[in-house]
Amino acid sequence: MDKILEVRDLNVSYTTEGTLFRKKEVQKVLKDVSFDLYAGEALGLVGGSGSGKTTLARAVLGLLPRYEGTVTHYTPRPQVIFQDPSSALNPARTVGWIMEEPLLIHGKYDAPERRRRILAMLEQVGLSEEYLDRHPSELSGGQKQRVLIAAALIVRPRLVVADEPVSALDVTIQAQILKLLAEMRRRHGLSYLFISHDMNVVYQLCDRVMVMQEGRIVETGAIDEIFQHPKHPYTRQLIEAAN
Amino acid sequence: MAKQPVKNKNPFAGNWFLTAGAAITVFMILFTLLGQIWTPYDPSLPDENAMSLAPSPAHWFGTDSFGRDILSRVMNGAGTTLLIAFLVVLIGGIAGVIIGSLTGYFGGVVDEVLMRICDLITAFPSILLALIILRIMEPGVKNVVWVLAILFVPSFARVVRTEFARCRTQNYVKLARLQGAGPFRIMLRHILPNVWPVLLPAVSIGFNNAVLAEASMSFLGVGVSASEVSLGRMLYDSQNTILRGAPWYALTVGLVIVLMILGFSLLGEGLRQRNR
Amino acid sequence: MRYIGKKLLTLLATLLAVSFLSYAAFEMIGDPVATILGTNATPEAAAQLRADMGLDRPLPLRYGEWLWHFMGGDMGTSYIYRLPVREMIGEKLAVTLIMTLMAVILTVAVSVPAGAWLARREGRPVDKVFTVLNQILMAVPPFFVAVLLTVVFGLLLRVFTPGRFVPYTESWPLFLFYMIFPALSVALPRIAMTTKMLRASALEELGRDYILTAYSRGHSRRSALKAHALKNAMLPVVTFLAANAAEMLAGGIVIEQLFSVPGIGRLLLSSIGTRDIPVVEAIVLILAVWVMLIHLIGDILGQILDPRVRL
Repeated sequence: MDKILEVRDLNVSYTTEGTLFRKKEVQKVLKDVSFDLYAGEALGLVGGSGSGKTTLARAVLGLLPRYEGTVTHYTPRPQVIFQDPSSALNPARTVGWIMEEPLLIHGKYDAPERRRRILAMLEQVGLSEEYLDRHPSELSGGQKQRVLIAAALIVRPRLVVADEPVSALDVTIQAQILKLLAEMRRRHGLSYLFISHDMNVVYQLCDRVMVMQEGRIVETGAIDEIFQHPKHPYTRQLIEAAN
Repeated sequence: MAKQPVKNKNPFAGNWFLTAGAAITVFMILFTLLGQIWTPYDPSLPDENAMSLAPSPAHWFGTDSFGRDILSRVMNGAGTTLLIAFLVVLIGGIAGVIIGSLTGYFGGVVDEVLMRICDLITAFPSILLALIILRIMEPGVKNVVWVLAILFVPSFARVVRTEFARCRTQNYVKLARLQGAGPFRIMLRHILPNVWPVLLPAVSIGFNNAVLAEASMSFLGVGVSASEVSLGRMLYDSQNTILRGAPWYALTVGLVIVLMILGFSLLGEGLRQRNR
Repeated sequence: MRYIGKKLLTLLATLLAVSFLSYAAFEMIGDPVATILGTNATPEAAAQLRADMGLDRPLPLRYGEWLWHFMGGDMGTSYIYRLPVREMIGEKLAVTLIMTLMAVILTVAVSVPAGAWLARREGRPVDKVFTVLNQILMAVPPFFVAVLLTVVFGLLLRVFTPGRFVPYTESWPLFLFYMIFPALSVALPRIAMTTKMLRASALEELGRDYILTAYSRGHSRRSALKAHALKNAMLPVVTFLAANAAEMLAGGIVIEQLFSVPGIGRLLLSSIGTRDIPVVEAIVLILAVWVMLIHLIGDILGQILDPRVRL
């Protein structure tokens, strides 16, 4: 299988600003993180809040100004799906604009081709053409997340980082969006780095899972294996919490 | 569940301030524009037979001590005032938007320095500052525009900076960056449209303040020159007539200024309430 | 305490910056030698005067000396009138200060009860009428109020003589009576603004939990408002008032003209016109000090009213 992402010995620490009255503090957020991600694979990353999973996502996306270690991409730019769809969609713009902008930035297609792709993608995520002129404030939470997925996938990425993409949604909507993500993966041969605090959600979508605690990957393996024979106590704790 | 569409709603419905403000402003702009192409009398032609007349059907606002028709002069002179206000808001607004967006988006040392300069300018009441600077300079429309425009920059820069600093941390901006958009594309296409709702009331209040400032400056004799006719200048001319028992000159000119300011003020308040 | 110390420090720094900038700017625009000797003086006489006045020395040095003397109470000598600046501006400063003070008192005296009164009547017809009226009053510029007051009280009712001014050295009551009209002109739009602000602020306080608790304890709406809300509602108003007091000071300078009040504003304008730089510099610095002091007082009052922001 083709490797599309390689992370080696990643260490990230934040330094709190020192002031006159306070000393600088160094806080290690990621400790010696290494993993590979292969084409077509959905890799889950589970951990509690503050475990460093979002920092890892930011490192993979190239949003961190400083880190030690290497992050190597074997594909073009990864795309991202954020947790809170309302802040991830520009409130001043329409759905059509939000979907066209990534294509404009890439600048490869002319106007009719852009429109064709937008309409095709909109249909794939289950929205009709009439949504093109709607503003985000006129959409429900699930619809927003669909638009966000469409905008991420319209540039045909190979890797998508999904940072808690369903945790802001109702349970019924969660299931719909997870189904959509699985379908899009099959259709486009996508790889996911799927971040969640919820083992159940990860189980529904991922092949493999990494468990993260306090900036360290404590356990990694095939999803069934982990669920049936969790080795690390923290993993057991997470599975119990999910049931 | 999808919320009701917001944009199709009539913006004037239930917004008394917006409706009244827009109506008064449109009326005043039409009144002024008309005054540039047609006035009841020649605004600069003295008439020895009609000096210092009180308002009458022939001269609705009366005549001044040279026998010139005040309504004609006001219609014509409002153009100078409105032009000054327009240029001040345009120049001050553009500079404010540029400074505010750069400092708000990038932050850092430039932000710190520029905002300190803004603080320094606004530490002193701007009317007083304008008064001192304009008194030093030659009177004239050009100088009034430049001085007021510069003094108006901080008010726009602040509003825009706050919005840019707020939007910069939003996920849609991060997303745009991940899609490969450069900083200027993000500022212009992604953030700026979000700034309009707060910029529009600021522009309206800017007009309000600019008309007030022109009137105050010219009234004190430091605004437009004696050969230029503006509302403030007419107020200056009318000062002596009040004490001579002919207050209609000052009253009518003042009323026109008040209407102009009131229009912009209500419009600004209406636009502000629309954001809630 | 540390907060106020920090404020004081920034304030001093700002003052220093303002005073140096204005000193440098005015030194550049007005050549005192030309002002004093006129344009047809011999070069020798001009050079002699320049040396006598110490103008051949570097600017920062002269600025430092000027500031030092200023703090000691010596504000220099007018180029035009050859009088000590201090003597020239003393009485005029007092006039402007009293006028501003009256405007501030008027604003507080009217808008605080009015704001609370309207807040208690939220949503009723009176409230709606006054909200609209307020918005209109806010847009009426002081000079128009001045014209109206002159026409109504001066010309029609003959309560006062337009164009007349009574110095306080002559009669205090008459002086104060004549100052009411300019003070009211400046204050009227500010009264409207402050009332609106206080009404909104009081309403916000009334919606808070502790007020609802007060209701449940059996307080009536009126006493609930009085007991708890007003003090908290005052907080944003105090800072707002401070900024307004500074604006009223500036607005008063415009109004002095209409009421023939011999205040600091008219002296400032005429002194800039005659390039009487020492007078101008002194007035600008004093006005700057006032404005900063007003802001400082606003900050300190805000601290006293709201223990939460005390650092």
